[in-house]
Order: sequence, then C-alpha cells, then structure tokens
Amino acid sequence: MAIYAYLVAGYLILIGCFGIIRSRHLVHAVVCLSIAQAGTYVLLIAIGYQAGGASAPVFGSTTKPNKHVVDPVVQAMALTDIVVSATVTALLLALAIQINKRQGTVDPDELAALKG
Amino acid sequence: MTVLVAVALTVVALAGTAVVLADAPERQAVTLAVFGVTLVVLFVVLQAPDVALSELGIGTAIVPLMVMLTIRTMWKDRQQRERREDRRSEGDA
Amino acid sequence: MTRPARLIIFLLGGGVVAVAFVLATLDLPHFGSDHHPYRDLSVPAAVQHGTANVVSAVNFDQRAIDTFGEESILIASVVGAAALLRPSREETERRVPDLGRTLESTRLIGYVLLPITLVLGMDVVAHGGTTPGGGFQGGVILATGLHLLYVVGSYPALDRLRPVVPFEIADGAGAASFAVVGLIGLGSTGAFLGNFLPFGQFGQILSTGTVQVLSGVVGVEVVGGMVVLLSSFFEQEIAVRPEDR
Repeated sequence: MAIYAYLVAGYLILIGCFGIIRSRHLVHAVVCLSIAQAGTYVLLIAIGYQAGGASAPVFGSTTKPNKHVVDPVVQAMALTDIVVSATVTALLLALAIQINKRQGTVDPDELAALKG
Repeated sequence: MTVLVAVALTVVALAGTAVVLADAPERQAVTLAVFGVTLVVLFVVLQAPDVALSELGIGTAIVPLMVMLTIRTMWKDRQQRERREDRRSEGDA
Repeated sequence: MTRPARLIIFLLGGGVVAVAFVLATLDLPHFGSDHHPYRDLSVPAAVQHGTANVVSAVNFDQRAIDTFGEESILIASVVGAAALLRPSREETERRVPDLGRTLESTRLIGYVLLPITLVLGMDVVAHGGTTPGGGFQGGVILATGLHLLYVVGSYPALDRLRPVVPFEIADGAGAASFAVVGLIGLGSTGAFLGNFLPFGQFGQILSTGTVQVLSGVVGVEVVGGMVVLLSSFFEQEIAVRPEDR
C-alpha cells in the first residue's frame, strides 16, 4: 500500500489518454487531456508528502520555522503548472471553435483536413 | 498512510473515471467541476494549501466555464450554418 | 487508422507503460517517507530571506527563473487564444439585451459577494509571502470574482465593468514588470532576479524582499490574462453573429 498514491496518479494519466483516443468530439478530448494533467499534479504532490504529522510549508505565529514539513519545491511546481495549463486548455478550445466554424464538424474521425 | 488519504485518492480516481466515461461534452463540464473539488480535498489532506487554492479557482470555475462557452458557441455556429444552407437550397429550388 | 486498430495499439502500448510505471514506483522512496533533500535545503534558505511561505519563496526567489518561463507561456497562450477568437471579416458584433430572468435572491447574493470577493483576492495577492497564497491564486480569485456579475444575469454590466483594453495592458505590463524587476536584480546583486530589497522582521508583509513585488506583478498579469481569455469566449458566444447577406 505504500505506492497506492503513485498508482492512482499513473491511473489518471492512462485513463486520460484512453479518453483522448476514444473520443468522438474535440472538446471531450481536451477535457480528457485535463484529466491526464491532473494525474501529473497528484504524482508531484504525492512525492513530496511526508507522513507522521508533518505540516504545510508555511510558518506563522503558531508554527515556528522547523524542518518537519512537506516538500515545498514540488508544490511550487504544481501550482504554477495548474494556472498555465488552464490557459493552454483555452488555446485548444479556441482552436476547436475555429475548426467547427470552418469544417462544420468536430468529430476527429471525420475531419477531412487531417487526412493524409 | 492514513484512511483519510486513501479515501481521498480513491474518490479522485473514481471522479476521473466518471469524467472520461461521460460521452457528451456538456455533461463533462459539471463532472469536471466535481473532479476539481475532489482534487482540492486531496491536496488539502496532503498538506498543500497553495496548490489547493490554485486548483479551486481554476478547476471548478474557469475551465468548466470555458468548456460550456465553447459548446454553446459550437451549437450556435452549427444552427447558423444549417439556416444558411436551408436558405441557399430554397433559393435554388 | 480505424477505431478498433487504434484501441488495440493503445491497449498494447498502455499495458507496457503501466507495467514500466509500476516497476519504477517500486524503486521510489515510499509514499510519506523522510527522504526529501530539496526540502532540507530550501526551508532554511527561505527562512534566511525572511519569507514565511516557503512555497512562495521557491516560486519567486529561489526558482524565479522558472516562474518567468511559466508566465511567458501564460501570456503567449492568452495572445494566441484571443487572436483565434477575434471576429473575422464576415462577422459583426451585436448589442446584447439585458437578460432579466434571474431570481432576486441570486442578484442580491451576487452584488453583496462581489466586493467581498475582490477584496479577498487582493488580500491573497498581498499576503503571498506570509500566508498560503500569492500572485497566481489571488489573480484567479480576482478574475473569477469579476465574473459574478455574469452569474447574476447582467452581461452588459459585466461588459461595462471590465473594459477589455485596460486588462490587456495589465497583462502585458505585468509580464514586462517581471523582467524589469529581474534586470534591476541583475544590476544590484549580480544575478538575474536576485533578491535586492531589504528583509524585515520575519512574518510581516514587507519582510520578504522582491518576493512580494514579484507576487503582486504576477497577480496583475494573471488577472489581465484570465479576463482577456474569458471575454474572448463570451464575445464569441453572445455577441458575434455572421453578417446576413
């Protein structure tokens, strides 16, 4: 059970990819990509976790600076990643809107321009 | 690993599966917001309040809003396309 | 490639990836272990620079160059999405009538919560160095709070309250200010994005040096970016119509 958190993260990444290849709608594919990204956040935060009563890496009047905290570096990585991935998702959705306007369909199997 | 962490991880995995298996994108918008909330609970339990704040604003409010706006724009564009094609075929006939 | 073929290839490839992933995680330090070398190095460094929120210290002080790259991605994606959603030559924008079908209680809650949310967002940005928060989180809260006006049913009010051009300017100015603060740091401490402001008493707002300044700058940029993004989507959905020929 010591690796359950990492397995959940890997499961989220794989099920996101499964959703992308099985999707019939471009917006559905973009949302599944979002799920796969969430899997990477869970992996990062799980790597930084310390069991046994470690607190968050924020000190104040009740928590004097000490070393019994969870890892702050992976949290910093995950939090900027979340905000930036939202804007990249917006870019993909804007592409999907334009594809719908020009081609009339958003089914990946029917998009004529992508055929070789 | 405590029971709380294990339960939070399992709920996140179930919510993620629900989002992927929902076929219509308009249903995915709401399930995506629920998935965001389960992720926030997981991050708080894993002692990451900054990441939880970030995910709360983005995953529950902004991304589902953009998904719904995209779907409505696509409906509207599709309707207008059909209306234009009907008018064109009426003009030919 | 047909759908069944794609599925079979994915199952084969996904199976290999899953097996490799499980084997790799068996070698990682187990979940909740004590072995965190980055934490042992970064917590004392943050305390030495007077920052109580170690995550903000890592974001804006120790690894500020990574944050510089991330906020460049942010502004680039916002510019790309806004360019894609610009009304083309064949489309015009029309005036939107005021939709008046929301409940009175929804409107009341929305109007009461709007100033509270804005103040809360600014508080989260301002206290980024000392409590959980910072530029990214506070910017998202501010941008979402502004759109409460849309929830209470009044798109014209939202349109009046957020003229898009000042937010575009705020987005660009925020990104540029980050680089300017970095260059000032280069001039005074010899390292790009070096921490050059004085450190005060641990736990006060102004004690963190450039962490506070960079957090505020990023907050301005995130608000600008998110509002421009959401306004492009709103315009496409509500206002843009093809010209009737």
